[in-house]
Formats: sequence, structure tokens, C-alpha cells
Amino acid sequence: MVKEFSTIPFGPQHPVLPEPVHLDLILDDETVVGAVPNIGFIHRGLEKLVETKDFKEYVYVAERVCGICSFGHGMGYCECLENIMNIEVPRRGNYLRTIWMEMSRVHSHLLWLGLLADALGFESLFMESWKLREQILDMFDATTGGRVIFSVNCVGGVLKDMDQSMLNNILNTVNDMEKEIRPVTETFLNDYTVGTRLHGLGVLTADEAKVMGAVGPMLRASGVSYDARKTGYAAYGELDLEPVIDTDGDSFARCRVRINELFQSFDLIRQAIGKIPEGDISVPVKGNPEGEHFMRIEQPRGEAIYYVKANGTKYIDRFRLRTPTTSNIPPMVELIKGCQLADVALLILTIDPCISCTER
Amino acid sequence: MGQKPFKWKILPFAGTVMKNLFSDPATTKYPFEPAKFPERMRGHIVIRIDECISCGLCERNCPPRAIKVDRAAGTWAINRFDCIQCGNCTNVCPKKCLEIVPGYTEPGTEKITETFTKSMTERTS
Repeated sequence: MVKEFSTIPFGPQHPVLPEPVHLDLILDDETVVGAVPNIGFIHRGLEKLVETKDFKEYVYVAERVCGICSFGHGMGYCECLENIMNIEVPRRGNYLRTIWMEMSRVHSHLLWLGLLADALGFESLFMESWKLREQILDMFDATTGGRVIFSVNCVGGVLKDMDQSMLNNILNTVNDMEKEIRPVTETFLNDYTVGTRLHGLGVLTADEAKVMGAVGPMLRASGVSYDARKTGYAAYGELDLEPVIDTDGDSFARCRVRINELFQSFDLIRQAIGKIPEGDISVPVKGNPEGEHFMRIEQPRGEAIYYVKANGTKYIDRFRLRTPTTSNIPPMVELIKGCQLADVALLILTIDPCISCTER
Repeated sequence: MGQKPFKWKILPFAGTVMKNLFSDPATTKYPFEPAKFPERMRGHIVIRIDECISCGLCERNCPPRAIKVDRAAGTWAINRFDCIQCGNCTNVCPKKCLEIVPGYTEPGTEKITETFTKSMTERTS
């Protein structure tokens, strides 16, 4: 007898998806036997714009690639150009970048925890996560002038400094948040309802994760100790940092890695504020870039790759950005195979997809 | 799928829910309470037009090309709906007559360009 499969379209508009991605799910009864992803709904051609914008102006475009990783995208682009032009960013500038980057990670992970709670139908936990996230957004607003798009990166450093009162304010907020966040994280880690939905769901082994090119918390939750921050860009080289890993490789492990990374980010912010030196925040940039550079940055969602090729004029030949979600889609498709239809939404969410980044 | 035993708790979030039930709301009671903007907030661009020398640097450095400078007519115009509040114009302005201040611009049904014209004494000097 020939088995009959049914195909169900999933997305691009779906209550659990923050952004549009389409999947054709091939089902055998309620079990998913295959998934065909389809992206391309929000392509904006931002990489191509680099050819028509001044290289200093493009920083504002680069950070608009994504709303959540905006600081990292701006920083990645600037660091590439600084390497091409042999510019040494002042240490204070690097420390400020590190503080903002870690604040981005906190707000991204809290956003993800909120979305996860929402996908589970745990509305009060979702609201509580996003309430905490507001404190970080308020700190961004006070220090950079923007809640989502910060516009503080420039080639050669950063545009805005933080005085001691601002740094103390961040420190106090971080210390308070660390206490306030406990009931939320305890609920994610110990609650019966959350646990039964996440435990043992979508197991990715370390070998599979490596072969399929998983990045970020997805890779680390499978037991692979890899974190692009260890390459020492910005001020990470001067801070104590060990990748947060977990060995289970399931959805619960991915949740636990992100929760532990929240506390790691609080610690890194405290370290950076404790060590931040006095001095300039940026250096003037003269001339036009010529050459190419490739670098990795650990975004909240995983490792992003930046490539810039400059030709000696003020317009750049090529800017390439490989975002974490691009790498995490193949393992996601593998995870979905074999799961129940009701778990598909949750599995898509555990990779923390950012389709806007992916399509640029 | 191997289920790993873990310490389950029943209703670990109930305490937080009860606390939230009897505490003030986390949100501002807008519009009864005005929205607070921090000092650095990038809300909208203002110009002290009489200090402007119509050099056009802001126009050339505006990523969405929202600014138009007309040296002959002595005008400085901004399409507030195109402006992305990046603050690049304020960084490049040699006279520092451009400033980005807190407060959002009002919504509208059509894209209107706001034009500022220099006073006659400034233009002749």
C-alpha cells in the first residue's frame, strides 16, 4: 500500500512567527516527515546599497538590517573598515561597544524568552519577560538616544560617551535586574508546564550541530564550546569569558543556555564598567578604504560573518553579511522532521529566527 | 526521546502574578501622564536657521536624502517623514546650528516638507 502524505503550508503569517518564513510541512498523520523552507518575503537589498552610499554613511544602513541585532551589525561593519584602514579604536570606545553589545544580548534573549512563553500560551510570563526588557531599552534610550536603532557606531569608534553617572545607572539597573529576573528564569527552568513542552523536544547532537553548521546558543546547547567573542574583538579580549554550554541538545537546553547567557552578559557588563579606561572614544578617519576584510561577531542569535571589499574610493565594492539564522535554518529543518505538528511552532522558535536579518 | 528527570515545581510563577496584581501598572498612564523622554533621545532635527551658512554638508551626508539646501534662496528644507533620526547631519554641521532634540514628530496623512528660510539681513551679509 502506498502511504499518502499531506502537505500543510506553515507561515508566512502565523501567530507564533514574529517574522515571515514559509514552510511546507509534509505530514504522515500528525507526524512531520519533511519540511521545505521558503524565505524571501522581506528582501530589501541592503547589501547592494553599499555601492551607492558613502562608506561612513552606510553604518546607518548596516544597523537597520535588523532591529534586535542592530548594534552588532553596525559594529561588525565598522570593525571591518577599521581593520582595512588600520585604524586603532581607542580602548574606551571598545569598552563602550562591549557594554552596548552585551545590553543588546540581554534585550534579545529577554525578547526570545517572552516569545517562547507566548508560544507556550503562558501570557503572564511573556509580559513579565518583556517588562524586564523595557529596563534595558530605557537604558539604551538614555545612553544612545534610541530604543532599537542606536546610531552610535562610527568608523573609528563610537559617537557618544557615557559619563560616570550613566555607567552607575547601568550598573544599578543590571544589579536590580539580576534579582528581578530570578522568578522568570526559575519559572522557565522549573515549571512543570514549561518543562513538559520543552524537555526532549528537538534533540540536536553535537556532531549534527557541527555538520549542519548550527551557530550560537543552538550550537552551544549541543555541547560544542564555541563563542566568537573569544576571538577578542572590541574589548572582549580583556574580559573573562567562558562560553555557556549545555549537553542535552534539546529545546530545554537551548532555553537554559540563553538564560545562563543572560547572567553571563550581566557579569560582562559589570566587568566592562569596572575596567573602562578614561580617554577618547573615537579617532578621526582620513582617506578612503582599500582592501578586504572578513570577521566574525557573536550576535545574540549566534555567529554573524561580515565581509567588506573596498576599492579605494568612498564607495565600497561589496559588503556581505552572513547572519546566524541563515546557518540555523538547515538544522531547524532537521529538527522538525519526526516531531508532532503541534511542536513545529515551538521548534522554529527555539532557533530564535530573525528573518529580517537573513534576507537583508 | 529520553526524558531526563528534573525537579518540577507547581505554580512557581504564582508569587510574581500575585505581586503584579496588587502593584501599580508597569506602563505609563498615557495620555493622563505625559511621556518622558531622556535628554539624549533622538526625536527630531531642529535648525537655528540664522546661523546656517548653506554649505550643504548636511544634504550630502543625509543617508535618506531628506534634507534639501538651497543656497541661492537661503532655504533649508527637511522631509520629516524621510528622516531616520540618525543624527549624521548634526555631526557634520560646521556651524553646529543643527541639533537633534527629544520628542517625536507628529504623524500625518501626507509627506510634508518643512522649509526654513533665512531672514533677509542674514542673506545679504
